[in-house]
Amino acid sequence: MDGYAGKVLRINLDTDKIIKEPLSKKMCEEFIGGRGFVAKTLYKELPPDSDPLGKDNLFIIATGPLSGHFLPASGKTHFGSKSPATGGYADSNMGGHFGPALKYAGFDMAVITGKAKTPSYLYIKNDIIEIRDAKTYWGKGSLTCEEMMKKDLGEDFQILTIGPAGEKLVKFACISHDFGRQAGRTGIGAVLGSKNIKAIAVKGTGSIPVFDLKKAYAKGKQAFKKVAEKPGFKGWTPEGTAGITDWVNEVGSFPAKNFQTSHIDHSHMINGKKVLERLKITDKACYCCPTPCGKYGKTKTTLGTAYMEGPEFETISLFGGSCMLESIEEIAYANYLCDELGIDTISGASVAAFAIECYEKGLITKEEIGKEIKFGDFDSIVYLLDLMSLRKNALGDLLSQGVKIASEKIKKGSEKFAIHVKGLEWTGYECRNAPSMMLAYMTADVGAHHNRAWVLGHDVVGADTNVHDLIVAGAKSDRRPKAVIHYEDSAGYVIESQHLRPAFDLLGCCRLQMMELGFEVENYAELYGVITGRKIIWDDIIKISEKVWNLTRVIWAREIKGFGRKFDYPPARFYEETTPSGPNRGYYIQKEELDELLDAYYAQRGWDQNGIPTQGTLDAIGLSV
Amino acid sequence: MNLKFNHEKCSGCGVCKLACSIRNFEEVTPSKAVLRIEGLFPEPGNYHIHFCDQCGECAEVCPTEAIELQDGIYQINDDECIGCLACVEACPHGVMIIKNEDDIPAKCILCGECASVCPREAIVIYKEENEKECR
Repeated sequence: MDGYAGKVLRINLDTDKIIKEPLSKKMCEEFIGGRGFVAKTLYKELPPDSDPLGKDNLFIIATGPLSGHFLPASGKTHFGSKSPATGGYADSNMGGHFGPALKYAGFDMAVITGKAKTPSYLYIKNDIIEIRDAKTYWGKGSLTCEEMMKKDLGEDFQILTIGPAGEKLVKFACISHDFGRQAGRTGIGAVLGSKNIKAIAVKGTGSIPVFDLKKAYAKGKQAFKKVAEKPGFKGWTPEGTAGITDWVNEVGSFPAKNFQTSHIDHSHMINGKKVLERLKITDKACYCCPTPCGKYGKTKTTLGTAYMEGPEFETISLFGGSCMLESIEEIAYANYLCDELGIDTISGASVAAFAIECYEKGLITKEEIGKEIKFGDFDSIVYLLDLMSLRKNALGDLLSQGVKIASEKIKKGSEKFAIHVKGLEWTGYECRNAPSMMLAYMTADVGAHHNRAWVLGHDVVGADTNVHDLIVAGAKSDRRPKAVIHYEDSAGYVIESQHLRPAFDLLGCCRLQMMELGFEVENYAELYGVITGRKIIWDDIIKISEKVWNLTRVIWAREIKGFGRKFDYPPARFYEETTPSGPNRGYYIQKEELDELLDAYYAQRGWDQNGIPTQGTLDAIGLSV
Repeated sequence: MNLKFNHEKCSGCGVCKLACSIRNFEEVTPSKAVLRIEGLFPEPGNYHIHFCDQCGECAEVCPTEAIELQDGIYQINDDECIGCLACVEACPHGVMIIKNEDDIPAKCILCGECASVCPREAIVIYKEENEKECR
């Protein structure tokens, strides 16, 4: 099958059985790849009532038809499972070079089940697949483990690892790769840990078949040229995602002090410019990416010196805002610690901020924690990261479950400021003045994550534009004084974005050239056509994206008893407290308004009032479940 | 024509390797590229491009004299090559590869494709007369 490697790898760790089977042509046509493969496989193969950290859960690695091909940023790898963090549908993706290597080895997808008897790693060299002993690597940090394995196996192996947190089943443990790329969200690293798998190493030297190689190569070259001609190529790339820090703060959407407010005074100390001035050694790109957002660097702090990739915007906003660290070096060191321990920087920082607020409010004691903790204090943050990642005491154990479960145990009103949706911690945008973005978080199909829909620009300036243009225009340009909720408009805009951004997760390439620079989507449909030989238009891809979105909702409803509207609310802080300071001081959104937003959203999706897709809707979009 | 390599500009994206393989061998895989990018991580945290500088070591060790210097480029005569792969072994930069179909080696012929696709000018083409400009 052109564009694809053509095989699925199945590894059962209970029986050590390894199967290589042909990739289903029907699945490629109906679900394209990446997260489409994840959703389809989870729906079809996940046994009922599986424990996310039990041996029945699936660990899926999926690439897309564009992964590994000659086009901008074709390096995405997707992972899927039932989430330890939420109990629902999960996919998490990372950049780097792993997915292409898996395809060059001959596999579009790998499905891993069961549990290895002893700590192991998976070795994949083209057709040679082995489950190998990993006792040398077990207990090591993610980055340390990758360095050791590169020395042992060779620099040309692409390696993914988990850290101690993944081994200890921390519910926001991540997967690390290429010394700084992570599949951070949904606790996917804990799923690998629960299977006793420390790492996966892959080397592929095969070729991927292409329908019309000459045309595909010419189109690829044209795509690189077009991306290079976008103003953002030179304007956005130098700082990468950190370049938006000041804009988000100036429009009053920066999470501060565990999202108590939405503005900080020190953004100029922790923005993209500071990353370049104080940390950066080199730009670090994912596979075939002409606009490397990765800024690899070195940080020196009172608690240590470290090499790390990042921090990117989300890490800056959560550690610099929610935890209130005021120095980019400290944020970078916290970033490094999360990477080495193997936890998601977003969730890790959120859990730390939640714990500090609990302590400030007297809900947890100094004795329970082991020391005094406060916002903005580097020692406190580093201490908490260690505590939660290694489950060091009873509180560390509790925090390792994430803010939802921790708040349900702590109680005393802490649920109101446990900042999550469905059990997944909220990412870097405070939304009391951004109803569409709020709705996007509420309805994202893995929990509170921005990568399913980013509509903040729409809320703040009413703009349907790329991020680079927003940054250039600045915070003051025609800004809406207070977000007015246009329900139909917001719901429609969120739905459109929820189909658009995840469409790239079907294809197996990065969305940032489109989102940040404005590289046109039609280019991807054309590339898909010449690579696979299937002529489609972009709308066809969007229709499949809609189908996958509905399928993930069906999975949620199947996996969680009583699933529905009540799972789509944000924490009460966002509708019970007004924004206390900053440009949006005094602004608020009411719960009734959130319900009306959900009403409009469900109606436009063709879901019932409880947020469940109707049979008519599923039939209409070709989802025979 | 020659190629100039600015290691400090390289971001490790590897697009040069994929282009090399497609252009020269019609294969979509970086493993067929006749240059390599080495990532030096976690420290010092940068990239090094390994490339053919037409040093001629390959020709030196070839038992059948199948590798000849033509216009400043060492080229392999496939008809003369016996596939002993001594040249691959001898290459000081590790940038010669083995073609799958007939188990004979291949090397850089200075086609310049890698430079033409590099998005960061980490690899650039220069001609002797304007070498200064490109430096």
